[in-house]
Amino acid sequence: MSVVLETKGLTKAFGGLVAVDDVSFQLQKGELLALIGPNGAGKSTCFNMLMGQLPPTSGEVFLGGERINGLSPRQIWRRGVGRTFQITATYSSMTVIENVQMALLSHHGDVFKFLPFAHKLYREEAMALLDMVGMAEQADRHCAVLAYGDLKRMELSIALAHDPQLLLMDEPTAGMAPKERVALMELTARIVEDRGVSVLFTEHDMDVVFAHSHRIMVLNRGALIAEGDASEIRNSPLVQEVYLGGGTLFDAEEDAHA
Amino acid sequence: MEFFVAQLLTGLANASSLFLVACGLSLIFGVTRIVNFAHGSLYMLGAYIGYTLMQNLPGAVGFWGSILLAGIAVGIIGVLVEVLVLRPVYRAPELFQLVATFGVILVIQDLTLIIWGPEDLLGPRAPGLRGVYRIMGEPIPKYDIVLLVITPFIALALWYLITQTRVGVLVRAATQDREMVGALGVNQAVLFTGVFALGSALAGLGGALQLPKGGADLLMDFHILAPVFVVVVIGGMGSLPGAYLAAVIISVLNVFGVTYLPQSTLVLMFVVMVVVLMIRPYGLFGREEVAGEHGQVGEPELPIKPASNSVRMIVMAGLALLALLPVFGSSFAMVLTTDILIFCLFAASLHFLLGLGGLVSFGHAAYYGGGAYIAALLVTHANSPMEIAFLLAPLGAGLAALAIGWVCLRLTGVYFAMLTLAFAQLLWSLVFQWGSVTGGDDGLVNIWPSDWLNSTTAYFYFALLFSVGGILVLRHVAHSPFGYALRAARDSKRQAESTGINTQKVQLLAFGFAGFMGGLAGTLFVFSKGSVFPNELEIARSFDALIVVFLGGVKTLAGGVAGAAFFKGVEDLLTRFEYWRLVMGLLIIFVVIVAPQGIVGSIRKAAIRLNILKQGGQT
Amino acid sequence: MLEVENVNSFYGKAHVLRDLTLSVPHGNVVALLGRNGAGKTTTMKSIMQLVRPASGSILFNGNSIANLPPHKIAKLGVGYVPEERRIFTDLTVSENLLVGKQPPREGAVTWTEAMLFDLFPNLAERRSNRGKALSGGEQQMLTIARTLMGNPSFILLDEPSEGVAPVIVEQMAKVIQQLKSEGLTVLLSEQNLHFAQAVADLAVIIESGAQVYSGTLKELNAQPEIRDAYLAA
Repeated sequence: MSVVLETKGLTKAFGGLVAVDDVSFQLQKGELLALIGPNGAGKSTCFNMLMGQLPPTSGEVFLGGERINGLSPRQIWRRGVGRTFQITATYSSMTVIENVQMALLSHHGDVFKFLPFAHKLYREEAMALLDMVGMAEQADRHCAVLAYGDLKRMELSIALAHDPQLLLMDEPTAGMAPKERVALMELTARIVEDRGVSVLFTEHDMDVVFAHSHRIMVLNRGALIAEGDASEIRNSPLVQEVYLGGGTLFDAEEDAHA
Repeated sequence: MEFFVAQLLTGLANASSLFLVACGLSLIFGVTRIVNFAHGSLYMLGAYIGYTLMQNLPGAVGFWGSILLAGIAVGIIGVLVEVLVLRPVYRAPELFQLVATFGVILVIQDLTLIIWGPEDLLGPRAPGLRGVYRIMGEPIPKYDIVLLVITPFIALALWYLITQTRVGVLVRAATQDREMVGALGVNQAVLFTGVFALGSALAGLGGALQLPKGGADLLMDFHILAPVFVVVVIGGMGSLPGAYLAAVIISVLNVFGVTYLPQSTLVLMFVVMVVVLMIRPYGLFGREEVAGEHGQVGEPELPIKPASNSVRMIVMAGLALLALLPVFGSSFAMVLTTDILIFCLFAASLHFLLGLGGLVSFGHAAYYGGGAYIAALLVTHANSPMEIAFLLAPLGAGLAALAIGWVCLRLTGVYFAMLTLAFAQLLWSLVFQWGSVTGGDDGLVNIWPSDWLNSTTAYFYFALLFSVGGILVLRHVAHSPFGYALRAARDSKRQAESTGINTQKVQLLAFGFAGFMGGLAGTLFVFSKGSVFPNELEIARSFDALIVVFLGGVKTLAGGVAGAAFFKGVEDLLTRFEYWRLVMGLLIIFVVIVAPQGIVGSIRKAAIRLNILKQGGQT
Repeated sequence: MLEVENVNSFYGKAHVLRDLTLSVPHGNVVALLGRNGAGKTTTMKSIMQLVRPASGSILFNGNSIANLPPHKIAKLGVGYVPEERRIFTDLTVSENLLVGKQPPREGAVTWTEAMLFDLFPNLAERRSNRGKALSGGEQQMLTIARTLMGNPSFILLDEPSEGVAPVIVEQMAKVIQQLKSEGLTVLLSEQNLHFAQAVADLAVIIESGAQVYSGTLKELNAQPEIRDAYLAA
């Protein structure tokens, strides 16, 4: 296995507040790695540093062995990192397929062309991407009328448009129904397998985390406090104390996913 | 030193009215999200009403009573405006209401003219405050001292109202999320009307208070508008301490400017504003504007698609008809049509920015007038032939737009709009005050086209070719990858940036492109009229374009052109009457209320309802 | 207490609620369940008239509240806790509570700031902090406290557990149980079935904007096929 993403001593301080404190981890090729933790634990800050939206105070980020901290989000995207958002970010005035075509136009370096009709470019490629997430039949619908789950799937196909080696997904199932959550994560897992993509995701829904991640990291007050597979995390007293609570609300989990 | 202090005190006294008016505007904007262009008109009404009252009420009690009563009267007028004009359009897309307030400006202008006549009125002196006080040996008018003493108290009273009372808490809460305030049991309509009344009353008070210093005239509505916007923006939208500080800064600077650098007075405050916004993008005490935070996101725009063959046929037929105009039309019809065509191109260039880019420029006249002036300057000072001017003027306008856009695009929303306005005003002041080169108020004349275009018919065809050509190019670019990227940057900057689209660069280029097209319109204009005056760079000219784009329909591709053609035509008809502004203002308000999606948008909606048009796309 | 009958609501062009019918008996906590996009939030907003239903009737204590403006509905004793929290981030915690304050109401608890700080001790320490300085969990508490300041007899609680750490969710469950014991009627929309089970008596499941199940939570537990079809994995 090869390492796709690696951080060494990643730290971010806002004034006196250390939001992310000396976080080091590795993400292997083809791995689904979950990052969990209570609100304010530093998950978003961590993500924003990986995507280039925030410069780290100290520490380093490597993508495929290359140092990428200091690069802009656009440069990091060009190096093969795709992302999806906690709250969907879509072009609401466009059709579904045009949303995907836009990412392809950018990928092929066509953004500053004034002559061709945009809606005719890369249509087949976009259709193939939509087909992969099961959205092909909705390609020509106005994306503003889509159901939320469909928007999330569309966003996933946008994130895959430039054939990334790494996907960063920020709470991919937030705001979805349990059944849709499972479907989306199964789809993601299948894509991970088929395309050899690696995924790092944050998530609040423990059902999703326990069922779909290969490995879980727990962040609390900016620091990694635990790492392991589902059962290790579930049984860690430290994690229970700071995040999972007494577990009264999760007793039924086992049978729900049996 | 003595002189310095005297200047300072005069500045502080002048800040009084400015602060009151700016405060009102800031409050109204904060709660209702309406950029009230009519605020200057309310200020003007305060002055006129105060004047009439002072004529009838004797003595010191009468004088100060008149000021108070003028404030109250304008507050009541504000309530009327809010209830009759604005309340019906609160649910319209953001910024649409400003078009309605522009209608109000026109109506109030003519009503004032009808009631008080065209002569400037000299404000009465305050009884008992006629002389001067000697401060460090320098004479300071007593009235100035009174003003600068009472203003901080008014400011404190307002500050107390806003920060320490429940009403103030509600106002601040509504500034952030008015729908939620309603859901918690607060009657929003009452709150809105109340805030509008208070804001209007402050404007009226400001107008009446400055009577002994400035009197009343019919131009004071537009004259106060620019400084007031500057003050509100420098201070930070919605901040009272900010408004006070900014009013003081601007007024004091202005007094010193008059003394030391008299040519700079008009430019000075805009320079200050640009500098402040470069350092603090949301003003001194403002907070970041987050788009869509106020629960006022309109219906999503429909996807665009290229014109169908039948639409193309209709457009071709229309163009053919226009091309035949010289055969059956008079030369007057040709001149009018040329005007309309040029204005359509100007509006289409703004629509490109505003509609596709979501970049609301309040100062698009900078490029239109800029193009016109560059062409005129080339002809006047370099004797360049028309053809060269036609090449260089739009390019120059485009370059100016790139430079201005580079600065403005650091900001968003209302601050962006205000900064574009500031730059347009800066250009206007430059042209106005640099008389030796630009001719100042006298403009530049004798700018005629080359011989081969020197007939009305020939120039008509030339203008037809270039305006229609320009409009078609703008439309085509909308369908190109660049046009899509521009919409992508508007719809979701987050997604665009994280899929490798340099939104800043896309928007900047769009700004330059729109400036180029605006400049082309201006160049066509200057050669059709043979002259150019500073009013082509005025706020009013920028507003013209803004209004037709909104009334035509921002969210439709054809909106800009349709609105321009309709309103330019109507304006030509109306200007033959004495009180045309009244009619025009009422017409604008009428369209705003019955067709909140703009003319094209509303026609399309009606057509969809009647099943004439298929749902789902726009052309 | 609340009767929703044959309500149809649209969001733009999308038909979100289709002949939705549900009722909330006095003194109960009713869980409104269903997948995302099923129309839970639109149901809440339709009751509050923040989304205007195209047809149907909504009765509160026997009186029609359809077509009333939201502030009048709030004045009748309906409290609304939105999913997105929507606290006033520039106002302090105390000022947020002041916005929600309404005169006492017969048959409902009259809340004071002090009582709410007892209920949510975390907020007491932060009373002078601005809303934006609060954590997600604290914001969720504040939005509930703010609504309680209006002394409602009935509250609409839209997905209070969404995006909140499990520890806070447990705390929230205790609060709802306490409110219920004081006689408050609650319509709670939820995706977290475990949370609903901890606090609610009755459940209504909606799917594509229409009711597909109504009964007690106990009965629902005995019918895993319904649960599986519309809710869990």
